[in-house]
Amino acid sequence: MRPLTDEETKTFFEKLSHYIGENIKLLIDRPDGIYCFRYHKDRVYYCKETLMKFASNFGRDHLISFGTNFGKFTKTGKFRLHVTALDFLAPYAKFKVWLKSTAEQTFLYGHHVMKSGLGRITENTEQYQGVVVYSMSDVPLGFGVAAKSTAQCRTSDPMNIVIFHQADIGQYIREEDTLI
Amino acid sequence: MADVQIDTAEILRNVTEKDSLFKTTVVSKEIDLTLDLGNLLAVDENVLKDKQISAKNNSTYLLNLNRDNVQILLNSIWELPSERVEDAILVPLPPPTTEIPREKPLPKAKKETKWEAYAKLKGIKSKKTEKLVWDKTHQEYRPAWGYKRANDETKDWMIEVPANADPFEDQYAKRKEAKSERVAKNEYQRLRNIAKNSKGKVPTADLAPSLKPSKEQVNLALSVAKTSTASVGKFTKALPRENEVKKPKGKKRKFESNTGSLSEEKERQLSVLNMMKNKQPRLNTDVAIKQNRKEEIEQRRSQIGDGKPMSKKLARKQAAILSGKKSKAFKGGKRKKGRK
Repeated sequence: MRPLTDEETKTFFEKLSHYIGENIKLLIDRPDGIYCFRYHKDRVYYCKETLMKFASNFGRDHLISFGTNFGKFTKTGKFRLHVTALDFLAPYAKFKVWLKSTAEQTFLYGHHVMKSGLGRITENTEQYQGVVVYSMSDVPLGFGVAAKSTAQCRTSDPMNIVIFHQADIGQYIREEDTLI
Repeated sequence: MADVQIDTAEILRNVTEKDSLFKTTVVSKEIDLTLDLGNLLAVDENVLKDKQISAKNNSTYLLNLNRDNVQILLNSIWELPSERVEDAILVPLPPPTTEIPREKPLPKAKKETKWEAYAKLKGIKSKKTEKLVWDKTHQEYRPAWGYKRANDETKDWMIEVPANADPFEDQYAKRKEAKSERVAKNEYQRLRNIAKNSKGKVPTADLAPSLKPSKEQVNLALSVAKTSTASVGKFTKALPRENEVKKPKGKKRKFESNTGSLSEEKERQLSVLNMMKNKQPRLNTDVAIKQNRKEEIEQRRSQIGDGKPMSKKLARKQAAILSGKKSKAFKGGKRKKGRK
């Protein structure tokens, strides 16, 4: 376990800022205590200082997880967000998409979102912008990338892909063994 | 008599009808075209007719103009000597006169070697040596250097021992060694030139062979030689009475302390965040275009006078544009992102 290097911090924040923009600041600078990001076995964990200090008593081989897993660094040095980060992305998300109730299931099975399943979308969403996906009753379901901008969405066919799927809460069941 | 007259009129009509199907091959221009047949290029310097260019269906005018110019180009190609190969008529084109800029940048000049720089400074010019030289012993022309060279001094059947030399010294071996030394020196100089002209540092610069190496040089050479094995010197035995050789150290990764000052860590992360923010383009083009369009529409409305009167804010912006300042909309500021 160790803090992130400056380079790792940069790639990590760049990925995170796709979804929550400048709100990363609110994750670092919290009024309810000191929170930190920690690197452990290629993964980035987010936790309270006290928990981190408890976890640091365990050796690398024996420590499986602590705090919230935000994602992992790939072997090529890119960062990939996991569903587990959704709890922190959803409240700070800058761009949101609401799905119709009929399209919820297909998204939770890991498919992209078609135009026909799109309920609402944040205005001014650019193409390839990271978005958080909600159900119509405002339950965060996952996140993805906008395949089309808001303006393009209006004119596209109902069978066109509007949101590329990246992660959804269905993964908690589908990928139970490999999630952490 | 009347029948004959009718016939000629019909023939004439037929001829004119046929002619009207094809356009004329003779085209006259006020200024002749400049032709570059090698590139199949014709440049028309005549002035375009303003009225026809600005007309609504100017495409027919341009098409006709183009056809005429192509006709001139083809006419001049037909004037060139042609040859017939089977069914095809071929015209070998003259070399092109228009110079076309090269696609790739000029190759960079090779960097000078140390000798070349010195020779240039002193004005030394290399003499041309003949490749084949007369060999007196073999009575034939032989290459001046290399395999089976003429006047090969290592192949002499007898060498005179110099007056002040050791009589038991092998003069043949001495010459052979001198030769191999010269080859080694040349190779070293070649590598040194490459090293000098390449950007990176060459780590073995201190290991150059010298006639009287200092103690430090010997020690360095020894330590490098000991660690230049597959196991990085792990199994190399120490010499008797040898001082401990320092292992050359590799670069070690360094990380911040895990349980160090967390407030410092926070500061570092915030500074990374700040740097990222500064790098982002401040102008959101989509929003800027929208805003600009809105302004234009409103401006037009105010000019017509039947819409709403111009707002104060807009009037100020227009004044700023007229006075040459950039309007606020183009400066950007924060990226606007609304929610629905």
